[in-house]
Amino acid sequence: MYELKIRYDWCKSCGYCIASCPRKVLEFGDELNARGVHPVVAAHPEQCNGCRTCVVMCPDVVIEVYKNGTD
Amino acid sequence: MARTESGVRGERAQSARSHDERVLMCGNEAMAEAAIRAGCRYYFGYPITPQNEVTAYMAQRMPEVGGVFLQSESELAAVNMVFGAAAVGARAMTSSSSPGISLKQEGISYLAGCELPAVIANVMRGGPGLGSIGPSQSDYFQATRGGGHGDYRHVVLAPATVQELVDLTIEAFDVADRYRNPVLVLSDGVLGQMMEPVVIPEHPETHEPPKPWALTGCKGREPNWIKSLYLDVNELERHNAKLQAKYAQMERDEVRYDTLRIEDADVVLVAFGMVARICRSVVRVLRERGVRAGLFRPIAVWPFPYEALRATRGRARVYLVVEMNAGQMVEDVRLAIEGRRPVEFYGRTGGVVMTVEEVVVEVEKLLAKEGVS
Amino acid sequence: MSEAVYQMPESLKHVVTHYCAGCGHGIVQRLIGEIVDELGIRERTVGIAPVGCAVLGYDYFNFDVSEAAHGRTPAVATGMKRARPDLIVFSYQGDGDLAAIGTAEIIHAGNRGENITVIFVNNGVYGMTGGQMAPTTLVGQVTKTTPRGRMVEDVGAPLKVPEMLAVCDRTAFLARCALNSPKHIRDAKRALKKAFQYQVDGKGFSLVEFLSPCPTYWGVEPLEALKWIDEKVLPEYPLGVMKDAPAQAEGA
Repeated sequence: MYELKIRYDWCKSCGYCIASCPRKVLEFGDELNARGVHPVVAAHPEQCNGCRTCVVMCPDVVIEVYKNGTD
Repeated sequence: MARTESGVRGERAQSARSHDERVLMCGNEAMAEAAIRAGCRYYFGYPITPQNEVTAYMAQRMPEVGGVFLQSESELAAVNMVFGAAAVGARAMTSSSSPGISLKQEGISYLAGCELPAVIANVMRGGPGLGSIGPSQSDYFQATRGGGHGDYRHVVLAPATVQELVDLTIEAFDVADRYRNPVLVLSDGVLGQMMEPVVIPEHPETHEPPKPWALTGCKGREPNWIKSLYLDVNELERHNAKLQAKYAQMERDEVRYDTLRIEDADVVLVAFGMVARICRSVVRVLRERGVRAGLFRPIAVWPFPYEALRATRGRARVYLVVEMNAGQMVEDVRLAIEGRRPVEFYGRTGGVVMTVEEVVVEVEKLLAKEGVS
Repeated sequence: MSEAVYQMPESLKHVVTHYCAGCGHGIVQRLIGEIVDELGIRERTVGIAPVGCAVLGYDYFNFDVSEAAHGRTPAVATGMKRARPDLIVFSYQGDGDLAAIGTAEIIHAGNRGENITVIFVNNGVYGMTGGQMAPTTLVGQVTKTTPRGRMVEDVGAPLKVPEMLAVCDRTAFLARCALNSPKHIRDAKRALKKAFQYQVDGKGFSLVEFLSPCPTYWGVEPLEALKWIDEKVLPEYPLGVMKDAPAQAEGA
């Protein structure tokens, strides 16, 4: 129901969102982004409850949160 | 009814305020009133002798015209308050005297780099350091070479009478807006204190252009920004080229000078501000004694009138630069004359004002030395 | 039907910042963007960027922004607000800008009660210039200019700005927050939004200090930096509202 739109190339891999997500939705991705680091990915998007804790912690507005689709 | 000092001052200024009438005012107060007539509604300043009349006058007067006077915590803070007011599109001014102007140099560099219009007045006193509260002209280098950092210039206006101080202060606001650049009005401790009859036009002809670049809130447009930081060196070079083009235009269009009897002069005195008035009397005395003397008076000391001064070289045999400093404008005179004629210097420092007689003696010594009869 | 639960604020430009991974400036900036949007004041807000890591504010905020010389921001803000009282003016400063070179300007703007909002980002170090001591560097903290750790006998103890300013009658709202946990950041946003609202309502001078992580110059990973704030900074810099004069006046 909740979808995350992630700007992978903006992510600096600080880890704040991953550490603070209460539903363990987020993880470091396996691929490297354009910055040469592992960006956050929504590994378990179905667990997301739209609490926006990831958004609160992110210094770079990497994550946007949508309900019922991201268009 | 006892009349307070400010009450008397207020009454004097009152008649200057409401008519184009000749009134007696001291330089500092006349300059302040002139700024207000030019549309300045924001004055920020800090006390320092000999320009305290400016802050006192502005404190009294600005609220009367719906403007703002604020005594800042330092001269440094004052020039930054001017920066803020200018950034939002207002005509703003600050004034100080020599040591306080040193404090403003950072701010002036930022104003120039950010292309903000502002008027700064320096009522010069003796230096260096704390110096004296007597008058001087020893900030010429600071004013014309830019005491602040970076490749910037600004027009420097050097009045010699209280009326000229009024007229040039009004012009200064237009020049500042014309180029989006700070302008310096170079006064001194005598001009600031002396009382002369002046007419301060109630509605002077000024031109305040639209300021689409100002920070007025981004309603209906893209956001504006005011900055002088260009981390990309090529970008900064382009920005500097743009500033230099402005300064080149100032050099073409903002030259101001005055001459007295130089057409047939053997000896040309070169002086600015207060000292030029002394030199006018020197010329008169010398002429009465049969010496063909003349005076060349820069009114803007930046841009310096090199060409006009160079043009006097044909007839003149010798130049005497007279200043209340240890020799500053003399360097610009030497640049103009290019070694083709002797350029000598006479100066007093410390706040000492030279007399007419001592300059006359100096000229006579010079003429004897150069074999000019 | 797709519904946006959180999107990039309109008051921020759609660019990624130059700040280091985990830097607190990014969080503060985002909060400012959200608040300016929520209060509907983007079109009359003017920000003043400091000299320091946040110097490029005009590249990130989607409203009018000015530069200021180091430490002079409160004076520039004063000039702006006195000339255009209808504008919402905020001063954004780091610990060097506000508590070292700009001490005179911040005290006097506060003492005069200028109706502005001051954002004070305290990360205990001078980041932009390579990690030198700040007035807020902790005792014993190693920096480029305190290689043996900050020694009180030599350079004094860390400076507490909102506590100092509380003494001035005309300061209205002074608070200290932290940026190291979701709860702290939510509290910080509430405090900052109040500070902006107070300006909108003409209630006077507000300053909110943000204890901010600087992983690079503390020499730790970002998540370690969040712990550092809890373990080392909070004991020295307690959180809270030092002064809320408008709320007190209302209560009275």
